[in-house]
Amino acid sequence: MTFGMPHILPFNVSSPTFSSWWTEVQMGPPDPILGVTEAYKRDTNPKKMNLGVGAYRNDQGKPYVLSCVRKAEALIASRNLDKEYLPIGGLAEFNKACAELALGPSNEVSKLLSSITVQTISGTGSLRVGANFLSRFHTVARDVFLPKPSWGNHTPIFRDAGFQLKGYCYYDPKTCGFDFRGALDDILKIPEKSIIVLHACAHNPTGVDPRQEQWREISEVIKKRNLLVFFDMAYQGFASGDIDNDAWAVRYFIEQGHNIVLSQSFAKNMGLYGERVGGFTVVCKDTEEAKRVESQLKILIRPIYSNPPINGARIAATILNTPDLRKEWLEEVNGMASRIIRMREQLVANLKKEGSTHNWQHVTDQIGMFCFTGLKPEQVERLTKEFSIYMTKDGRISVAGVTSGNVAYLAQAIHAVTK
Amino acid sequence: MALLKSVRFLCPTGMWGVGSHCPPVGLRVLPSRASSWWTEVQMGPPDPILGVTEAYKRDTNPKKMNLGVGAYRNDQGKPYVLSCVRKAEALIASRNLDKEYLPIGGLAEFNKACAELALGPSNEVLKSGRSITVQTISGTGSLRVGANFLSRFHTVARDVFLPKPSWGNHTPIFRDAGFQLKGYCYYDPKTCGFDFRGALDDILKIPEKSIIVLHACAHNPTGVDPRQEQWREISEVIKKRNLLVFFDMAYQGFASGDIDNDAWAVRYFIEQGHNIVLSQSFAKNMGLYGERVGGFTVVCKDTEEAKRVESQLKILIRPIYSNPPINGARIAATILNTPDLRKEWLEEVNGMASRIIRMREQLVANLKKEGSTHNWQHVTDQIGMFCFTGLKPEQVERLTKEFSIYMTKDGRISVAGVTSGNVAYLAQAIHAVTK
Repeated sequence: MTFGMPHILPFNVSSPTFSSWWTEVQMGPPDPILGVTEAYKRDTNPKKMNLGVGAYRNDQGKPYVLSCVRKAEALIASRNLDKEYLPIGGLAEFNKACAELALGPSNEVSKLLSSITVQTISGTGSLRVGANFLSRFHTVARDVFLPKPSWGNHTPIFRDAGFQLKGYCYYDPKTCGFDFRGALDDILKIPEKSIIVLHACAHNPTGVDPRQEQWREISEVIKKRNLLVFFDMAYQGFASGDIDNDAWAVRYFIEQGHNIVLSQSFAKNMGLYGERVGGFTVVCKDTEEAKRVESQLKILIRPIYSNPPINGARIAATILNTPDLRKEWLEEVNGMASRIIRMREQLVANLKKEGSTHNWQHVTDQIGMFCFTGLKPEQVERLTKEFSIYMTKDGRISVAGVTSGNVAYLAQAIHAVTK
Repeated sequence: MALLKSVRFLCPTGMWGVGSHCPPVGLRVLPSRASSWWTEVQMGPPDPILGVTEAYKRDTNPKKMNLGVGAYRNDQGKPYVLSCVRKAEALIASRNLDKEYLPIGGLAEFNKACAELALGPSNEVLKSGRSITVQTISGTGSLRVGANFLSRFHTVARDVFLPKPSWGNHTPIFRDAGFQLKGYCYYDPKTCGFDFRGALDDILKIPEKSIIVLHACAHNPTGVDPRQEQWREISEVIKKRNLLVFFDMAYQGFASGDIDNDAWAVRYFIEQGHNIVLSQSFAKNMGLYGERVGGFTVVCKDTEEAKRVESQLKILIRPIYSNPPINGARIAATILNTPDLRKEWLEEVNGMASRIIRMREQLVANLKKEGSTHNWQHVTDQIGMFCFTGLKPEQVERLTKEFSIYMTKDGRISVAGVTSGNVAYLAQAIHAVTK
């Protein structure tokens, strides 16, 4: 009983917390792309369009899980596999197929090549493992050269791995195309042994890719400067619709003797986004070197995440290694790329129909999921405010978000803000 | 034609020059792989545990035992996928979900359930919203995100204190995140138990605001856990030293068989006012090993602080892997949030823990039957998947060479690798090398 006594606190009331550890932690800036999607979600306009999304949508504007993926999943489920840890470097059948996809079937370049491929947490995980590996073992250089512009996440990836970021000319806003001379001039000035990042195909965010003869010159200049080439290939198959076509630059550079490192992602070309499937490859001098490099990759990976997730790698390996599924996959990738290309063509056609006198050729010249429209920030803002069309401030649209049902509206809106 | 710097005929055998091994003239010729970037890269030391498993695989002795494996095995010595997991998978498959990216911080339903599992659903921390939980790549991913976060935002301290010994991977995780590693007394090899006084003495010397790692339950590798009254004193001493507590809980449910029991220390510390950080893994307790399911939680002062911390966690995670894998988190969330499956899960976890406990008991009983006069009480006192037998390296080597029983050199065995079919053989062998 507690007559006259101060109220006794119940047993489980927490003591007052003492000094917080996180008082000085600042609120970080909101993610630019996420902000776009969040504003889009709040918009009640039935004609609204989300062109920020970096994920493929079908012609009904819906996410698309590939048929070959569903079949692979059914196959995998029927095998009643366990969930044991993968090796640190990932699923061997996946790694082999992943490398072959990039480097070509084994009767060409890859047969005479020594390389090591590790499974990674999609493209980002691959880039970060690569960046960390370079930071630890390529100590002659602390600078990484990105094209201007590049994917936004490249910068923090390399910076958090300990590098300084620099840029080389790439996009020409006057032509909405490739600044070839500017790129060569800049690359010629890059200090020897620096790291240069090249987008293998479907440059993100511009959609502007060098032509083959331009890649040949770039290769020569890079050789002259003795640079370490880091290829980022996130869209193989997704750019032109053809797997081998899209890997041409990677294979050409290897053929030319560059000992490249390569990041691959299966997020887009297999629609495996959230399953996080990717690979990191290091081209080596010989098998002995590949073994040394492999051992160090494992030592690096183990204290980041120990070993990679099984599910997505099993799906990808099943597709790549089962002839029927692989065939179906190539058709589906081609289908996705073709729809994107069709939307580009329809956008330009509709813009002409609207009476636009601007040159929109870059919309069909550019390749892959994204299109750098050339729209200015004020125009982008009008598109959002007046037409509920959402994109990033740099005028980049995800063509994947365009459908035959809304392309006319998009053209109408773009014409309205640019005429 | 591309201009080739130098021309080599690369034959399938890798030999130079012309000869009978050379391919026909029409084969594409590759320029030499001139200067390599990786000449100075050394061969790294082989992984100690992997070496054990590889040697085990090569051994042809039918009685061989792999006691290095850090994964649960059933009584037939086989990997075990939980029944509730299979049911959850079927449920998920039937929903025909897409594979879109998760948010950077992961699956919301998973994060909520993960935090509730650790803290208890009616925990004041959760009710007031003063914590943030992000989905991570299992326990390792959680520890590394935490280590990176601390490295970036807890700049007052560069030292992390681990118990001696600790899980081997703790060291490179914190070191690669920029910390120096130090240790506090923990395991007493004389008793094969907890060196309580030694731990308190060491902790009292730790500089203020340093980071101290505590294993919430089922200490890895020793299996030695403090008793509740010992945890209370540890909490007081840590408060005195004003240390930042980093709990690693990889075995919740797996230690005693009871989820709440195993989380007692975590909950007690929070109750006592420690603003902890916490790593959780669902590799063992849900058997989700390769699916890589885990969580990282920061207990903050209030909701506003939790939001700031969350924003910085996302900024940190985005350039490591962008967003976490969907599959395992969906399975775990489905189990935790579906009453029937959750109930079944709790029974299965209890079943796994009970089998481990039974094997410990049978091992000791068999050792006595063999006539061993040593004190083997630590085998049943210790808890969780691992047992620090107290065997010396020479004895471990004899076990491997003479009996084909594989374990790590420190004498640690995975009790999960013991079955009713082989426990007698194990006892026989241990007795043979220790009598």
